[in-house]
Amino acid sequence: MLRFVLTRVSLVVPTFIGVTLLAFVLIRLVPGDPIETMAGERGIDPERHARLLREYGLDQPVLVQYGIYIGRVLRGDLGKSIVTSAPVIEEFATLFPATIELALCAVIFALLLGLPAGVVAAVRRNSIFDHGVMTVSLAGYSMPIFWWGLLLILLFSVKLGLTPVSGRIDLLYYIEPVTGFLLVDSLLSDQEGAFFSALSHLVLPAIVLGTVPLAVIARMTRSAMLEVLGEDYIRTARAKGLSPLRVVGLHALRNALIPVVTVIGLQVGVLFTGAILTETIFSWPGVGKWLVESINRRDYPVLQGGILLIGTVVMAVNLVVDVLYGVINPRIRHTR
Amino acid sequence: MTEATLETGPVPASGAPPHPIVEFWRYFRGNPGAVGGLVVILAVLLLAVFADVVAPHSPVVTDQNAFLKPPVWQEGGSWTYPLGTDAIGRDMLSRLIHGARYSLVIGLAVVAISVLLGVVLGLIAGFAGGIVEIAIMRLMDIVLTMPSLLLAIVIVAILGPGLMNAMLAVAIVVLPHYVRLTRAAVLTELARPYVTAARVAGAGTLRLMFRTVLPNCMAPLIVQASLGISTAILDAAALGFLGLGAQPPAPEWGTMLADAREFVLRAWWVVTLPGIMILVTVLAFNLLGDGLRDALDPKLKR
Repeated sequence: MLRFVLTRVSLVVPTFIGVTLLAFVLIRLVPGDPIETMAGERGIDPERHARLLREYGLDQPVLVQYGIYIGRVLRGDLGKSIVTSAPVIEEFATLFPATIELALCAVIFALLLGLPAGVVAAVRRNSIFDHGVMTVSLAGYSMPIFWWGLLLILLFSVKLGLTPVSGRIDLLYYIEPVTGFLLVDSLLSDQEGAFFSALSHLVLPAIVLGTVPLAVIARMTRSAMLEVLGEDYIRTARAKGLSPLRVVGLHALRNALIPVVTVIGLQVGVLFTGAILTETIFSWPGVGKWLVESINRRDYPVLQGGILLIGTVVMAVNLVVDVLYGVINPRIRHTR
Repeated sequence: MTEATLETGPVPASGAPPHPIVEFWRYFRGNPGAVGGLVVILAVLLLAVFADVVAPHSPVVTDQNAFLKPPVWQEGGSWTYPLGTDAIGRDMLSRLIHGARYSLVIGLAVVAISVLLGVVLGLIAGFAGGIVEIAIMRLMDIVLTMPSLLLAIVIVAILGPGLMNAMLAVAIVVLPHYVRLTRAAVLTELARPYVTAARVAGAGTLRLMFRTVLPNCMAPLIVQASLGISTAILDAAALGFLGLGAQPPAPEWGTMLADAREFVLRAWWVVTLPGIMILVTVLAFNLLGDGLRDALDPKLKR
């Protein structure tokens, strides 16, 4: 078991080095010098320009810059934003909970709808419900979510006036960050209406971000259930006279969940891609919007640090899923 | 036996197995979703080819007297602009029709680039083995680790916004799928006796790669490519929406949505219509891809 975990971890190391290289090299390739870009059309006098270049280490040879960069990364120093002068890692830490909260709610939404829909579709195979679920989920899978977000805003915010258009909470409230999750913090703050405000801001973005995972989960659950329902032990359970609910819910679903869990774990990258678009549409103050803005501002350290941090998070989650899968399923563990 | 049963009987009278294409078509035809997808794609293709003839107006000419005109069935609409006009008085219908060109070209070009590169890299990895294989596959792992849109955005940020660069970025992002598929297929095929036979017969490495092995790896690549078109269209539209893809005034559907964002409160048609076009086109390619997979995958045949 330990050997299995160690092998998996050691496989991640070269990928991690690769990601640091990628983060470093890609940003150096961007045309234009960041100091000049920041100065904009006003221009900048050569002396100040040289001083700023030195201050950010941009005057050194590229290889030296990379060496310095790696040394700092290993000490947890990802540099400072050129725009705000705040340490990149601090900015990330402030914004990341917003993205996690959004992503968690999106996944919960996707699970709550997707699992039962997939199970029922499999049990009632070829029924109208089954065809309906498959059609809707294919549409969800094909959805341009940036448009889906606009459509929901059009319907729920503009036509019905039910939900706010942007942000995480009404500006009326000041919430002391404890966990960073506004749903929790607003409850802890004891302010009347704060929790409801946070919730109503979250509903639409969570639905938008959860749409593609919902489609994937429903399809995956259905096909996994169909496979399991054909197994001998299910027939045995039925023959023993167990209630259909017990057979489907306990015996079948449990085994069908293994591939589904893996798929959810591997959706982290997809989820983040969605978060970039969702956060942009709803002005959700998370790391996706932060990164898109950093590109527009040519804020190199933020872009570099953001790519590295997000790459690391995705890698870590994939690793955990990989290892957990090996723990659940011994056949995987012993293949290597 | 009546004549009717004889005619509809599925088994041909001769003993010879049907030509692979005939057999493929028989499976494909039995899948209504896939056939529907194919019909929609052909329709979009016709719109794209004959856009100049079909579209009632130019996609870029503005009408000073018709800003944000609603569609014909709504109050204030007229037959001059059946689907209304956008914020600077361009005909929505004509722009949507011309947008079909962009999406199809994007989808096909991206897949062409990534299949070509992916097949070559996959063949090299599979044949060379050793350090070359490790280097290529690790590189692909890194690309796969990054969230696709983030990587595409970074690449566009380097190359500069624009349609060509957006297509290149999307092609790079989806590359690992083709490399992995090709390599896996090559490794399976290399273990087969016919490859050894060809080698003994004196076939060179290049001939082995492209003439002997590659044709036998095509099925999964075809399926991935047809599904890849829909991903390419979606990703390129997302880049357009973020202002990094096709630049205005190009009538690309994602770019049109970016322009339309601020009018979400006043003009539903400029927001709704381009998205419907994206959704329908992407859905059609996904249906087609599913159908191809079912028809080409022998494991699913009964």
